[in-house]
Amino acid sequence: MKFLDLIWLIPLFPLGGALCMLLFGRRLDPQPASEVAVAAGVEHTHDEHGHHHDHDHPHSHSHDHHHGSPLKVLVSLLCPGMVLISFLLSVGAVWRLAQRADRVYEVKKFTWLAGLPFHMMDGRLATFSADWGFLLDPLSAVMILVVTGIGFLIHVYSTGYMAHDNGYYRFFGYLNLFIFFMLMLVLANNYTLLFVGWEGVGLCSYLLIGFYFQKKSAGDAGKKAFIVNRVGDAGFILGMLLMFSVLGTVRFLDVNAALRGGHFHAETAGFGVLSAMALLFFIGATGKSAQFPLYVWLPDAMEGPTPVSALIHAATMVTAGVYMVARSAALFQLTPQTLNIVAGIGAFTAIFAATIGLVQNDIKRVLAYSTVSQLGYMFLALGVGAYWVAVFHLFTHAFFKALLFLCSGSVIHAMGGEQDMRHMGGLKDKIPITHWSMWIGSVAIAGIPGFAGFFSKDEILWQAYSSPAGSKALWIVGLVTAGLTAFYMWRLMNMTFYGKSRVRPEVAAHIHESPPAMTIPLMLLAVGGVFAGWLGVPGAWGLNERFHGFEHWLEPAFASAATEAAKGGAHDASTEWILMGISVAVAIIGIVAARYFYHHKTTVPDTLEKSLKPLHGLLYNKYYVDQIYDFLFVNGLGKGGGEVLGAFDRNVVDGAVNGAGWLTRFSSRVSMWWDTWIVDGAVRLGSFTVKLLSYPVCILQTGRVQAYALFVVVGVLVFFGYYLAGK
Amino acid sequence: MYPITTEHYIALSAALLLIGTVGVLTRRNIVVILMSIELILNAVNINLVAFSQTWHNLGGQVFAIFVITDAVAEAAVGLGILIALFRNKETVLADEVDLLKW
Repeated sequence: MKFLDLIWLIPLFPLGGALCMLLFGRRLDPQPASEVAVAAGVEHTHDEHGHHHDHDHPHSHSHDHHHGSPLKVLVSLLCPGMVLISFLLSVGAVWRLAQRADRVYEVKKFTWLAGLPFHMMDGRLATFSADWGFLLDPLSAVMILVVTGIGFLIHVYSTGYMAHDNGYYRFFGYLNLFIFFMLMLVLANNYTLLFVGWEGVGLCSYLLIGFYFQKKSAGDAGKKAFIVNRVGDAGFILGMLLMFSVLGTVRFLDVNAALRGGHFHAETAGFGVLSAMALLFFIGATGKSAQFPLYVWLPDAMEGPTPVSALIHAATMVTAGVYMVARSAALFQLTPQTLNIVAGIGAFTAIFAATIGLVQNDIKRVLAYSTVSQLGYMFLALGVGAYWVAVFHLFTHAFFKALLFLCSGSVIHAMGGEQDMRHMGGLKDKIPITHWSMWIGSVAIAGIPGFAGFFSKDEILWQAYSSPAGSKALWIVGLVTAGLTAFYMWRLMNMTFYGKSRVRPEVAAHIHESPPAMTIPLMLLAVGGVFAGWLGVPGAWGLNERFHGFEHWLEPAFASAATEAAKGGAHDASTEWILMGISVAVAIIGIVAARYFYHHKTTVPDTLEKSLKPLHGLLYNKYYVDQIYDFLFVNGLGKGGGEVLGAFDRNVVDGAVNGAGWLTRFSSRVSMWWDTWIVDGAVRLGSFTVKLLSYPVCILQTGRVQAYALFVVVGVLVFFGYYLAGK
Repeated sequence: MYPITTEHYIALSAALLLIGTVGVLTRRNIVVILMSIELILNAVNINLVAFSQTWHNLGGQVFAIFVITDAVAEAAVGLGILIALFRNKETVLADEVDLLKW
């Protein structure tokens, strides 16, 4: 048996950890259930009024005896350990995969859905089937390394971050379960199994957003994420069914073979069935990857604990949509119309979310909008046919965004739960490791040459400009977004770490650097944030093959589709240098502007805010999209629809039920009347007649014995007389 | 001296039957009614014995003995019912016992 046959084991280890935690954790947890309620207050946003905690410790509700309890030690070893095993297995598997010439390996464990007959669109009868099968190819190899590698670091971080929190085992159980589903998602060999992972990570996301479920806002945010994702999932399911009815299979390799077989031609002229299929899949991706118009759940998802935001809502789960579209590259490549939509939505989301990020004051919200914006970049890359670039940005983004989130978690930890940047400032020397890690992350996302984000973002901009599907407009949107990104990140840095301290006095005394369990993952991710990008340096740099490793590694996954597009753009080195120079300049302008506004002339933002009040309000309130959705769907369709449905229910459904009841009552009355008067009447009439006839006889029965004797005597005499008379 | 003939016995028997019947029909006291019944039975007995002698057939006398036995049994049962009745209703009058009617 080959080592690669064991890839199905990779997801099983986290599943084992999750089952241990979720089945037995509660039993092992020494604390009474009532104390869990107290934990709800740990990570709430301290706004102006709600800040009267005893800040002896950031999580002031902690109990010392919980800290080193044997259970916590066990959980801290078991759960990250499981992910570590998965990571090591993944590294081994990818190593072996790299030695194979075709770099594709498929393992089918057993048939899951089999033998469902199905009429395809062209009238042929096909059998719907799906396996529990695992596909390891360059694309899923990148994904499993990101998921298990970064997942492991975040698990380690969580052992520190959640140390004082109740529900420790529950948190790790969900986190391990998430890793399991995410690995199922990226290792599945068909769309149906991918969808299992897809829904599974959605479930874990919901559970973890609502981790502090005693807080209403957390519960609401979880529900919102779940419901908004359902909209996208409907698209995914429809796309999957359409795919089956057109192609007769949902297995990736078969789908790719069918689409690349020459039977289908690119739908350049119109919007055909393949375009519809691709669009439906893209709708699924907009839900999971928080693209306009379904991005609204992601900022609210920040109600979850910060490691969750880092793992699920920045590094891995939200990139599932990007992965899925990249996985369907063969399909999208045939549908230029849909690709244009993807690029448009991606670019729009990128700039849209970046502008909102400019004015947010909650440190995690800024990062959330940043994530939405960066995901928009990835879709922009997908839309211009540069699939490997999207995956490359996914890869580097996973490092620096996880890093940024974990740093923000470290800041929040140091500040005792404070998330409002207006009450931070000057933290640089108090939490130096966090500061330097975050500095690296910010530099990376801003796109300063040498750091990870630069390479992937610049490649996206270059592809947007030079790819046949790209355009100058897309490039300009991407460029402006790059500037905005640099600006809001350095606004965040300045408000948090530099300048004068605006920290509340009662918090200031307790600011402390996080424990090693948290800072070591930060440092490792910071290393990734610097070097992850060197796997795909710009073509114009002309370094040797090793520096273009990422593109070559992914070539088999996108085969003819992507390479054609990516290489279609003429590698005009001088243009590339110029564009690169412009984007770096824009990034630096963004940084300098933010530094100027929020460090040197701190009055400028306020002045701007006052003079441009309508604009600031628009951005601050996130373009009122939530309010519009509330109005249209929650209140409009939701409440209005609810009223209509309620009226329908009351009048038609209940009416039918009540009508049926009334009819039964009515018929029973008729039946009762019939029974009383006709049936009983007949019986009574008979008895009455008998009674009436018997009446003359009855009166003879007096009860007196002597009267009877008299009748006897009279009777005897009558007979006797008759006898004598007859003689 | 006239010999006593069968006609005399029949006349006596008829008289007893008449007296007994009238007694049963008219007297209110159940004790008296029972006594009247005895009269009727004895009228029958006389009749039986008389004809037995006339026809020289002992069957009549044997039958009379059976009737006497029957009369004793009847009197015993009748008096027993009477006592039970008196215990319940504190009456021995036949016209006051008329529950057994429709």
